[in-house]
This record gives sequence, C-alpha cells and structure tokens, in this order.
Amino acid sequence: MTRTDTASPALELDDLSVAYHVRGRDLPVLSNVTLTIRRGEAYGLVGESGSGKSTVALALQRVLPANGRISGGHARVAGKDVATLGSAALRQMRARDVAMVFQDPGKALNPSLTVGRQMAEVFEILGAAGKERYRRGEEMLGRVRISDPARVMASFPHQLSGGMQQRVVIAMALAKDPALLILDEPTTGLDATIEAEVLDLVDTLRQEFGAAILFISHNLAAVASLCSRVGVLYAGRLVEEGPARALFADPRHPYTAGLLRCLPRAGFKGGPALDNIPGFPPPPGSITRGCVFAPRCGLAEERCRAEEPPLYAIGSGRGSRCHFHDRVDDLPRMSEPPQVNSPERGPNVEPVLKLEHLSKTYKLPGDRRVQALRDVSLSLAPGETLGLVGESGSGKSTLANLVLGLAEHDAGGRISLDGTAIAPSVHARPREAVKSVQIVFQNPDSALNRAHTVKHLIGRAVERLAGVGGAERDGRVKRLLEAVRLTPRQLPAKPRQLSGGMKQRVAVARAFAADPRVIVCDEPTSALDVSVQSAILNLLTELQAERQVSYILISHDLGVVRHLSDRIAVMYLGRLMEIGPARSVLQGPHHPYTEALLSAAPTVTGERGTRIKLEGQIPSPVNPPTGCVFNTRCPRKFAKICETEEPGFAPDAEGHAIRCHLPREKLGRGRTGPGAPAAAETAASG
Amino acid sequence: MGPAFGRFLLRRLGLSLLTLWLVSVVVFLGAQVLPGDPGRAILGPLADQRAVAALNKELGADRPPVEVYVSWVGDMLKGDMGQSYAYRAPVAPFVGDALVKSLKLVGVIFLIVVPLGVGAGVIAALNAGRPLDRIISVASLSLTVIPEFVSAIALILVFAVILRWLPLSATWPEGAGPLTQLQYLILPALPLVIVLFGYIARMARAGTAEALASDYTRTAVLKGLPWRTVMTRHVLRNALVPTITVIAAQTGYALGGLVVVETLFRYQGIGNLVLSAAKAKDFAMLQAGILTIGAFFIVATLIADCITVMLNPRLRAEMGG
Amino acid sequence: MSATAEGIETPEGEAAPAGPAIRAERSTLGILLRSPAFLIGAGIVLFWAFCAAFAPAFVPYDPLADDLLNTLAPPSAEHWFGTDQIGRDVFSRVLVGARDILTIAPLATLLGTALGTAVGLVMGYFGGWVDAIIGRLIEVLLSLPLIIVALMVLVALGPATPTVIIVVGLVFTPLVARTVRAAVLSERHLDYVPAAAVRGEGALHVMFVEILPNIWPPIIVEATVRLGYAIFTIASLSFLGFGVQPPSPDWGLAIAENYGVLVGGFWWTVVPATVATASLVVGVNLVAEGLQRALAE
Repeated sequence: MTRTDTASPALELDDLSVAYHVRGRDLPVLSNVTLTIRRGEAYGLVGESGSGKSTVALALQRVLPANGRISGGHARVAGKDVATLGSAALRQMRARDVAMVFQDPGKALNPSLTVGRQMAEVFEILGAAGKERYRRGEEMLGRVRISDPARVMASFPHQLSGGMQQRVVIAMALAKDPALLILDEPTTGLDATIEAEVLDLVDTLRQEFGAAILFISHNLAAVASLCSRVGVLYAGRLVEEGPARALFADPRHPYTAGLLRCLPRAGFKGGPALDNIPGFPPPPGSITRGCVFAPRCGLAEERCRAEEPPLYAIGSGRGSRCHFHDRVDDLPRMSEPPQVNSPERGPNVEPVLKLEHLSKTYKLPGDRRVQALRDVSLSLAPGETLGLVGESGSGKSTLANLVLGLAEHDAGGRISLDGTAIAPSVHARPREAVKSVQIVFQNPDSALNRAHTVKHLIGRAVERLAGVGGAERDGRVKRLLEAVRLTPRQLPAKPRQLSGGMKQRVAVARAFAADPRVIVCDEPTSALDVSVQSAILNLLTELQAERQVSYILISHDLGVVRHLSDRIAVMYLGRLMEIGPARSVLQGPHHPYTEALLSAAPTVTGERGTRIKLEGQIPSPVNPPTGCVFNTRCPRKFAKICETEEPGFAPDAEGHAIRCHLPREKLGRGRTGPGAPAAAETAASG
Repeated sequence: MGPAFGRFLLRRLGLSLLTLWLVSVVVFLGAQVLPGDPGRAILGPLADQRAVAALNKELGADRPPVEVYVSWVGDMLKGDMGQSYAYRAPVAPFVGDALVKSLKLVGVIFLIVVPLGVGAGVIAALNAGRPLDRIISVASLSLTVIPEFVSAIALILVFAVILRWLPLSATWPEGAGPLTQLQYLILPALPLVIVLFGYIARMARAGTAEALASDYTRTAVLKGLPWRTVMTRHVLRNALVPTITVIAAQTGYALGGLVVVETLFRYQGIGNLVLSAAKAKDFAMLQAGILTIGAFFIVATLIADCITVMLNPRLRAEMGG
Repeated sequence: MSATAEGIETPEGEAAPAGPAIRAERSTLGILLRSPAFLIGAGIVLFWAFCAAFAPAFVPYDPLADDLLNTLAPPSAEHWFGTDQIGRDVFSRVLVGARDILTIAPLATLLGTALGTAVGLVMGYFGGWVDAIIGRLIEVLLSLPLIIVALMVLVALGPATPTVIIVVGLVFTPLVARTVRAAVLSERHLDYVPAAAVRGEGALHVMFVEILPNIWPPIIVEATVRLGYAIFTIASLSFLGFGVQPPSPDWGLAIAENYGVLVGGFWWTVVPATVATASLVVGVNLVAEGLQRALAE
C-alpha cells in the first residue's frame, strides 16, 4: 500500500473557506473552518440545512460543483493537501484514502450494472486480478453482515431494499480500507429500526477497519450515538466543537444550546415546553461584521455585532465561537411556553371520532390482494392527541386516509364523528363532516399549491369548509393568520417566497379553516429543521389548548410523539399491536415490537441501551405470517401458539391493550427510553 | 433474460397487434368511409350518376362499410391488397417495390444521422454550458424544424445545379451497383438527416447530461476510476438507452417525410406511392400504402422497446411482472 | 436574493451536490430579454407577422397580377426578386405570402393545444382505464406519420382552409395531450391534490384550478414548439398540393409551382420563398427554446 504517512491525521481542515460564484459575486458558504479528525476517530458534523455541512464533504474530495471553489485555507486528507494534487494523485487519493456514503443509496448505485460488477470495480482500481476482484467483493459484502453475499452480488440495485443498498454502498466504501469514511446523512429516509442497524454496523466496522469517520447529519441524536467528537456548523462557520457527550450535556454556544432546547425529549405531554430560535439563518455573505449568530442570539451585545468572535479554546478539547461562552447557561427562553390542554374523557363524554373494525383491502393484478389495514378499532376524545407509530408499510397512512375519506374502507367498518356514522368517501360526506376532519401534511412544499397565494390557499379552504365568502371570509383568513403567528403582509405571497416554517404555518392555518374537530398531522415536522420544528410543535400544542381539537399524530420521531401524545397506538403490518396511554405504552410493560422500536431510537445524550435487533425483513403484506403477524421477527417468540393463533387485544383498566400471548408481567419495560430524564434535559428545560 | 423477458415480449407483441388492428380501422375510416361517395369523388361532380353507381359497385363501395372492412382485412391477411383503380392491376406488387426502395433510403438516412446525432449530443453534454454546447444546441434545434422541401431546394441548388457533384434524380440507372445506388440516395437522404439530427442530438445530450450529474457517476468518480472508464461503463451505458426509443419513434417521422422527399426527387418509394394514390383518388392503393407505413412503424417501436428492456435491468424486471 | 418584502424571506438551500449551490431567482422576462437567440427569433417572427398584416398595403406590385410579357425575369431594379413563370413579382409575393401560413398555423396550434390540454388533464388526473384507453388511441394515431394522416383526411374531405386548420389541430392533439399528461402525473402525486380533496373539491376544480396553473410552463413551451411544426406541416401540405390553394402567394405553394424550373437556373423563383419559410420556422423555434430555458430556471 502507498499509505506511508500514517502519523498524520485522517483529515485536517485548516482555515478552510469555500465560495460559490453566483451572478458575478463570490458567496462564502464555508468560512475559516478548522478541524482535525484523528485516525480511527468518529467525528460528527451537525448543522441545519444551508449550514454548509455537505460542502465540507464535497470540498475535501474536490467534487465541488462547477461554480464552487476553495477560496482559502487547506484540506488535508491523510496528510495530502487535496487542492494541490494533480489528476493522477487525486485519483489515487479517491481510490485509497477517502470514501463517501451518500444519503440516497438507491441513486448512488448504477442501475444497469450488477452489484457484483460495481463491487469488483473497487478492487479493479486497486489492481486485483479478474476473479480475485469478485471473490474479494463477495467477502466484503459478508463483512457488512449481508447474509447471502453471492445472491446480492448477482442482483441489480433495484432488487435490494433500501437498508440492503446502503450496506452495499458502505461495503464499497470500506473495501478500499480508507483512512477516512464520509457519511452524508446516511440514514435519512430509512426506518428507525433500519437506521439503528446501519448506525450499529458503521460503529462495529469502524472498530474493525480502523477508519476515521466524518458523519454529517442534521440529526443530533444519531450523531450523539455514533461519534466521540462533534462540530456544530452555523452559516458556514464552526461555532462550537468538543467531545460529543460534554457538548450536548453542557453546550457552550448559544446556537447549540438553542438547538438542544428545540429538541422534544423530556417528559410527556404537559412536561417541559420546547423553546425555539427566532429568525432565520443569514444568507451567505450577508453578515460581514461581528458574530453571524448575533441577530438571533438572546445573549448578543454591542460587542457581538462589532467583533467576530474567534474560536475560543475553553478547555478539555472544547472550543466555542462566542464571546460569552461562559454565560450560555443564562441564555433566556426565546419564546413563550404554550398552553397545554387535557382531553375530555369520561363515561358521559362522547368520543369525537370512533373507528370500528376498519379494514382496507387493495386489489393487485393477478387476483392478489393486500390488506393494508385489518380490523382497527379505536376512539379519540375531544382535545386528545393520539400518536401513531410503526415502520413504513405498517398502515399508518392508510388509516389516516380512511379517516379523511381519501380512501374508502372495506364494508363492515364504521367511522363515526360525534356519534354519527359518516360515509367512507369524502365526496359523499356532508360539509359538516368534511370540515371537521382535516390534515396537515408532512411537506408544505408539496401540500401548498405553489401557483396560489397565501390568501387564496387559506381563503379557498374557508370558503369551501365554512361556506362563507367576501369580507366574512377575508376576516377569517386574517384571524387564522394571526392564530398561526403570521401577518397580513404574507397574504399576497406565494409559497416559494416563504421559509419552510412559514409554509407549514400556512398549512396549519388551512387545516384550522373551519373549526375542525380532528386533524391528522402526518409527520408535520419531519421536513423541517430542528429550530423550526419546535415552533410548529408549540403552535400545534397551543391551538389544541385554545380549540380543544383532537390530533392523530403520525411520526417516526418518538421524541415528537412522546411530547405531544395523550395516547399512543403502535401498528405493524396493518394491525394495531398496542394502544394505551402514552406513559403506559412507553414505560411498559409493552409489546416486544414497541420495545424494539423504542430501543432503536437514538438519544442525544448518547446513552445506548442494549439494542433489540429485529431479525429479517418486514414480511410482505400480500402474504402476512399466520398467527401473530410479528412472529417472524419477534425476539420474544416463545411457543408454537405465536405462529398459529392471533393474540387477543383486551384493554386493562387504563385502556392499555397489547396484542401478545405473553402475560404482562413477562413483557419488557422501558429502560432509559428516548427522553428519559438525564442531566442534559434538566439543564435544557431551565 | 429468462421467462420474465418472454412474458414481456408476448405482452408487447399482443399490444403491437392491437395497435395494428386499430390502425387498420383508422385507415379504413379515412380512406373508405370519410370520402362518402368514392365513385363521385373519383369521377367528379359532372359525371353521370349511372357511371358513379357502376364504379361504386366495382369498388365495392355500395356494400355496408362493416362488410367491406371485413372482406378487406380478410384479403389483406391472405396477402391480397386489392385492385388499384388507377392502374387496373393488383396493388401488392406496387407496394412491395416501393417499400424496398423506401427502406433503402431510410437505411441511408439512419446510417448517416445516428452516429452524427449521438456524437453531437454526447459532445454537447460533455461541454455543457460552454459555447460549443450552445452552438450544437441551437444548430440542432434550428435544423430540426426546416421542412424537407426547403432544405432539399437548397441542397439541390448547391450540389446538383451549381457544383454538379451529385445526381439530381434519385433514380439510378438500371442494374446499378450498391455504391452507385448510394451516390444517388445521398442527396434525397440529406433533408431528412437534417430534420432528424436535432431530435437525436437533443435526446443524446439530455441523457448524457443526466447521467453525468447522477449520484452513481459521482460514486464512480470517487472510486478513483479513470475518466474513460467512468464514461463508457457508467455514463454512456445509462445515457443512450432513451435515445434508442427516440430513434425508433423517428423512423415513423422519416416515413412521413418520405412523401415530400420522394416526390421532389421523383423516387418511386412508398411516400411517392401514397401521394400519387391520393392525387389519383386511388383509395385501394392509398390505404394499402398507409397501412404498410403504420405496420413498419409498429415493428420499429417493437424492436426498440425490446432493446431498451434488454439494456435496462429494472425495466426488464418490471415489464415481466 | 435578499428578503423580497419584510417578513417574506427566501431560504438558501443546502449546497445541492453536482449542481449550482445557490439558485438565483430571476424574472422570466429578464432572462428572455438577455437571450440573444430569443431576441433574434422574436425579431424574425414579428417581422413576418407585420408582413402578414400590412404587406398588401405597401408591396410594389399586386402579388396576383401576371405579366406574360415579362416571365422569369431575373432580379432587377424593377423587380427586386425577379418574376415567376407567369410574370408575377416575386418580392411582393414573398412578403404577402406570409399571410395564409400565419393565419392557419396559429389557429391550428390553438385548437391542438386546447384539445390536447383537456385530454391530457383527463388522462393524467383520472389515470387507470381512462388513461389506458385514450393512451392506446393516441399511440395508434401517432404510429402513422402526421403528414400522412393529414393527407388522408384532406384527400377524403378536399383541401379547404377550415379543413386544414381542423385536421392539423386534431393531428397535434395527441402530441400535446402526451406532454400535458406527463406534466399532470408529476403534479398528481403532490399533496395539494389530496389537500383539495379533503375540503371536498370536485375533479373539475382540481384539474383546472389546482393543477392547470402549475403546468402552464410546459404547455406554453409545447404550444410554441407546435406552432413551429404547424408551419412546417402546413407548408409541406401546401407544397404537396393539399394545403393552401392557388392563386395564393403562399410560400409552400410557390415552391411547388416553380421548383421545376430550378434546374433551368431560374433560382429566384424559389429561393426567396425557401429562405422565408426557413427563417419563420427557425424564428419560432428560437422563441420556443428561449421560453423553455427561461421557464426552466
């Protein structure tokens, strides 16, 4: 091997600046970033969108887009300054020293070549002979714990699941035994259980291969679970750096502190309120004097606007670009804590929504059928939030679509609203029912028609749902805007002129157009940055308290579910596996599947309980397993009965039902689940 | 390939036959039903009613359309394309001769335009955003919309009238060898080359540019592969598949353009045959000619689809299912 | 790209790998006015549109008046572009010749675009068997070269201007429908469609009020491209004798009438009409390309 220089760090960024040339101007996207990753170390780079974190990865491999260039400083990979390498040396560096795993593995693999061919290519570059390349490729797939490497080698990328594709990409990256492995949002878009598997795998492989890792992510918890050191990037500057645990437990930059206060992790509904960071990140190059964070900072003083802070060394390997890094604990709350309601439950209270025996069967070509939802019954009290969790394909979205009337449930089921049965299809429902059940979609870019103005978007909903027009409608639109903290100034704006958070506020306003009773919130914050997410969650909480509306909250983020939900339902393969009060479901005793989901969720405190690994793939809903549908992956499967008989689903006194043959006393209990009190939370909630 | 491809082929073949049948209905409607009274159309408004009736009887136009259609399709299946009114002779030999001639011309056209178009497209994509790319884009775009008779006039003027390099007529002397035939076919081929060049170049450019910008190309670059390997193995392989479909679709276009070109150069191909039949109101000849053109196009797209599916593993799996 | 108004801000995207990192937002018109190709194209089209409207008022000769004593006269001070086989002034004929093509082609394009948009919306929105059946019919129509379908119908019905407009419009319908359908499909999966459904909107509202405003750009581009091909097709039909009929000074017709004498060296009878046709189609196409680029940004 040519890697002579094993003494130099895997990566050294020395005052690195990158600029993009846009319309005759150089816009700085990275400014004076200095950091070092030692051999074998896992380093996490966190930041929100636009912070420049992906630019770091592109710059240090010299694959910046055509209008981008390194405008200052140096990037050294294994001791080589990448900016000065000739094309042969650059290829050498890419072939041996550095490897990268991108967010979407499906796109990173060539669709028209077999996995084997693409694996072999890595060894071809390293100079291995024909058959040897394939043998080593297969061996490599084995090392990323692919159980049937020969079959995978012969497959085309599209024949593999997302998790499997990501393993192949990781295998390809590690095959060259690089000094530095870059992971750019490698688990975004994967289910929590798969994400946990991939992160575990990367951690194990890091120890086996001794590769240093640069893990780029917006997900603080994922970074905390994998990395020993963390750098926080804001507007192209490294604002804080230090050992992961210490940094997250005791942030020394107001931006980091603010981010952590935005994360829902402590307590249940009604627990500590989330804070947010007001304002927006500055456009590149717009702040030329002072600290880039000053306009949004609760600690900022005159000095901050005049003088750019250096990266202060503050001991134990930590650094902060804040003049007042010793005063971060005094950072005031930046937003009012919202009001929190409690649901109206009781023998005399009619549930607002009642689902009885809802099923949904889709026909497939060739007389096959898929039961996307089977026999789901549940009810929702006024003012209650029901969290719906489960992996993709569990039937969460189908359930939401049936409630909304976007899909029609099978005969035999029944949906009642305030005690009255309503038609399966939205088009057959009276206006009263239509306006009562509304939705907030995941992605406002998709949910808001980009051709229309805010005025039209909300106004049309008011017109249709409340049945009013003219001045009455305009008045309501204005009141709705105020309710979601927007101003009439935004009325003539089209969605593309608004920020992500503002767009989601418009979507929320639209859902509240005509006194809804139930709102389906379908991953309402997962397209948003952390600092925006908390503001939307607070808004939802407050609107619920004001109007006693009920939410069905679909989210893969257990922290969000925990923070908002009164009750939680867990779904798997179209079945309800568990339902009950949030506290009982999360703390247990709970279903083995719930237990596995909870153990898969990383926490920002970096504590890792023993992860419960689920064996195998999610079965096809066309041929669901007999007996308990979870039996093929269940770590607690104990007898033949699991395969032959579907467990009962009787609720206890609290209304907590678990679809498992095991008696409750033998079921698992929550350990330090997500957001269990820890030192960091106590500090953050202050 | 295996059984999935077999299933795809069967289904695709079935669809092609369905399309061909529908085309025959359209052609029949256009050539037999739309004119209303073919006898009157042929003989003109001043002809004697008895003569018109007699001609309609001869043409079979006095029978109900469905019956005429069924017997026409039946005859076609037996290889009998009907009787030409203008020539008072069976249609089939005329169509056969014309088809062979047109195929020769189309062959020359594609021989010239495919390498030219694909090459220009790939070069443009590799120089994306640079002046060369703009020149190729604007040129291909502008050439594509110039009607064949317009470019043909210019070509005739330059190469046949002024320079006298190429023969003006496309009809080669009796018993000419393939090279001489080629010489006669170049000038008639060029107007269509000019039109088709733009389509093919644009598709090849788009496909190459997309593949160049893809994540998998970036992965290949970051593997440290030499540029040449990245291009051949990763970029071009994925880039040129959609171009095949375009080329097939353009054969259909080429056949339409033949009407103009063959007329201009007095070349007895299928386009010329269709136009003369149209002018002579020789409906049997017209519908046989048009149906042949439709069938030819359907076969071309069928072949292109098969090649596309063979080259694209994902489609291979989906199509079979 | 700073705040467009206070409180309305445009966030910067994360550096998109392998693309320009920071997208600038510019007005479509601004881009068009800075594109030389578009400006040249628009200039050519406007010139011919002006000729079509006003040329009869200022050309030196009556384009239809023959002069049998002065046939096939070469260009001179009197007849700038010479005279044709029956002594008509070629210069006057070329300028006035823009009139028929620039009436028929836009009308045919309008018809084809309107019908095609409606059909494409229905196909893309409803999908399923509606899409499958119409799609099959479109494939059938497209498996015959357009010019041949047009020829067939014009033979049957006789070449008259309204017939030509309708036939070319109908022949273009499936092409426009295919483009619109593709555009609708990429909109159809966006959440604003179910968002309209949950407030009880009907299919017509979703198609025309929700989806249509978002697919204007591809429709406008398609219509401009179609206009180029309408000119192409109609000129070819006239050349073949099935389009504009004599004695119109139409370009295609003029070329058909005179190309026989080209070999004799009487190039001026044909070349002006050739250049005119070529310049018009290229001009329209440059406009189309300019629009496409501007709307894609």
